[in-house]
Amino acid sequence: MSDPQGMSIVVRVVTRWLFGLILIFGLAVALFGHVTPGGGFAGGTIVACAFVLAILAFGGSRGPGAAFARWASSLDATGALSFLVLAILGYTAGSFLHQWAARGELFTLGSTPSIVLLNLAILLKVGAGLFAGFIAVAVFEGAAGSEKGADA
Amino acid sequence: MVDIIPLFVLIPLGAAFVCLLAKKKLPAAAPTVSLASALALLAMAVACHVEGASGASIAGAWSLELHGGVAFIPGIALVLDGLSAIFLLLVALVSSVVIVFGLRYMDSYDGRPLYYALLNLLIAGMNGAVLAGDLFNLYVFIEIASIASYALVAFGTGGHEIEAAFKYLMLGAVASASILIGVGILYASTGLLNMADIGAMVAAGNVSEGALLAAAALFLGGLGLKAAMMPFHAWLPDAHPSAPAPISAMLSGLLIKTLGIYALVRILYVVIGMDGPLGGSLQTILLVLGCVSMLGGVLLGLGQTDFKRLLAYHSISQMGFVLVALGANTWLGVAAGLFHAVNHALFKGALFLSAGSIERITGTRDLSKMGGLAKVAPMTAVGTAGAALSIAGVPPFNGFWSKLLILIALFQAGLPVVAAAAAITAVLTLVCFTKVQRKALFGKLPDRLATAKDVPLSMSMPVLLLALLCLLGGLMWPLGLDDVIGDAAAAVRTDAETNDAPASYRKLVHDLGRKP
Repeated sequence: MSDPQGMSIVVRVVTRWLFGLILIFGLAVALFGHVTPGGGFAGGTIVACAFVLAILAFGGSRGPGAAFARWASSLDATGALSFLVLAILGYTAGSFLHQWAARGELFTLGSTPSIVLLNLAILLKVGAGLFAGFIAVAVFEGAAGSEKGADA
Repeated sequence: MVDIIPLFVLIPLGAAFVCLLAKKKLPAAAPTVSLASALALLAMAVACHVEGASGASIAGAWSLELHGGVAFIPGIALVLDGLSAIFLLLVALVSSVVIVFGLRYMDSYDGRPLYYALLNLLIAGMNGAVLAGDLFNLYVFIEIASIASYALVAFGTGGHEIEAAFKYLMLGAVASASILIGVGILYASTGLLNMADIGAMVAAGNVSEGALLAAAALFLGGLGLKAAMMPFHAWLPDAHPSAPAPISAMLSGLLIKTLGIYALVRILYVVIGMDGPLGGSLQTILLVLGCVSMLGGVLLGLGQTDFKRLLAYHSISQMGFVLVALGANTWLGVAAGLFHAVNHALFKGALFLSAGSIERITGTRDLSKMGGLAKVAPMTAVGTAGAALSIAGVPPFNGFWSKLLILIALFQAGLPVVAAAAAITAVLTLVCFTKVQRKALFGKLPDRLATAKDVPLSMSMPVLLLALLCLLGGLMWPLGLDDVIGDAAAAVRTDAETNDAPASYRKLVHDLGRKP
């Protein structure tokens, strides 16, 4: 974070290519979490990594990472809140966290719509939460670094 | 009623996230949402008591038809019994009062929406811990409440606060690790996490004594640290006074009981079993640590001049009372211990809140620089005096009755030496709080305080309400309160010679919990 301009042109170009692919991979891991290994947590971690990469490559003031940083805290709370709402919707089918949406054919994306939505909520919560944690540590490190600089 | 059990965790959790979402655009929403959530929890807890509700709710359980058969996948078990119900009521009551007190008190702090978010997270963690039906969820909820409390202790962001929070964080992490290893050992030797199921295996003698001993030691260390029993108390006298007054009241009034005492009672009585092969040694450990905490806490408290630090040492001492009562391992002992825990939440909550009010009025926490507050701040003084009389064990306040019951229980259990230690502690507590009253409330008013004014009603009324509840708690014991506390105690220790309460807990979980 010491260099706000980010890294060299090679890293920036590669990041530009990879960023979208990593996002799509994270989304896929979360979307198909109920039928393949993965899920909201794993997908969210991958999505957060994409934004961390963007911040490292482009610096703290430009690129998708900077935009996400402004919204991370709100998105984190939104993810948690939407998980709660989806879980409470289970009461319409009998009890807390119960499957409330109609089930589709086994082993397809539509087999359990309610779990897919829960996974997406977890993706939002974990993606934004981990990224916000990274930003907080980076800001703290930056502050500690500048303090040290002032002492010297 | 069983269906609403998850709401005890969901409502404060939802309120916490709403506070976070509203923190930039609508910061005024946070106190309203928090108060509404706390009052809703209070209404639900009262409804559970009126209905006498008990049962298990399996959140997220589902059944799946595969190849003609039905597979049942169990989810997160939340169990409500008499013991959980009384702690739910206590958490809801004290947190509602604390939130009302904080409405004006927190004016001087920045980032209030974050304070409310953390406070709601703390409530969600405590409610979850007292409802958790399996060991791992118990651990998770203990961590949620603990992490919220680390941040809240540091909320003032001054050097002293950060240092206290760091000390608390480090010791708390050691405690959490030892609880987790304890859970791991029980899981490794039984393959189970559900407390009722592990309890059944232990009762049938299918768990090796070595594993049980290691787990019991780790739980005693970890939960003992959370309950601030000596010699695991070092963090408390720093952490509790450093937090803002409403949070001190939450930590001392509720957190050390829900995470420490409740979890200890549940695990020792239901999972490991006080009548099992380890029962005798567990009883001795509780009695010895309880006596050390009682006497050590009160002796260290005697010399303190910082009001909040003095109160913190008395929390250690009063938790010692609860521990020796639990160590008696009789129905009366458990009932007296729980009654004292409830009473302690009320009077220590009131005392920490009034310490905040007094600090606001006088600008200091140093008892030697106060005096004559009864003249300038009559409302606060009455509330403080009521709570102080209660902790000092003056009849007819609730503190007197619970201490008397503890003494009776100890004598009945054939433990006169422990009873003598408890009586000495009670006298020393009386001495200490007489000193507090003389130095803070009565005596000569210092000149610089001649123009001091009482705090606003929204800060003095919560203290008065808790002090009134202390008085009512004493008067209500023969009028129905004994049933409530007695039920709570009977959930872990019945009156009979052989204890069949763990068996009925298992029945509660198994009957209601296994249906998909």
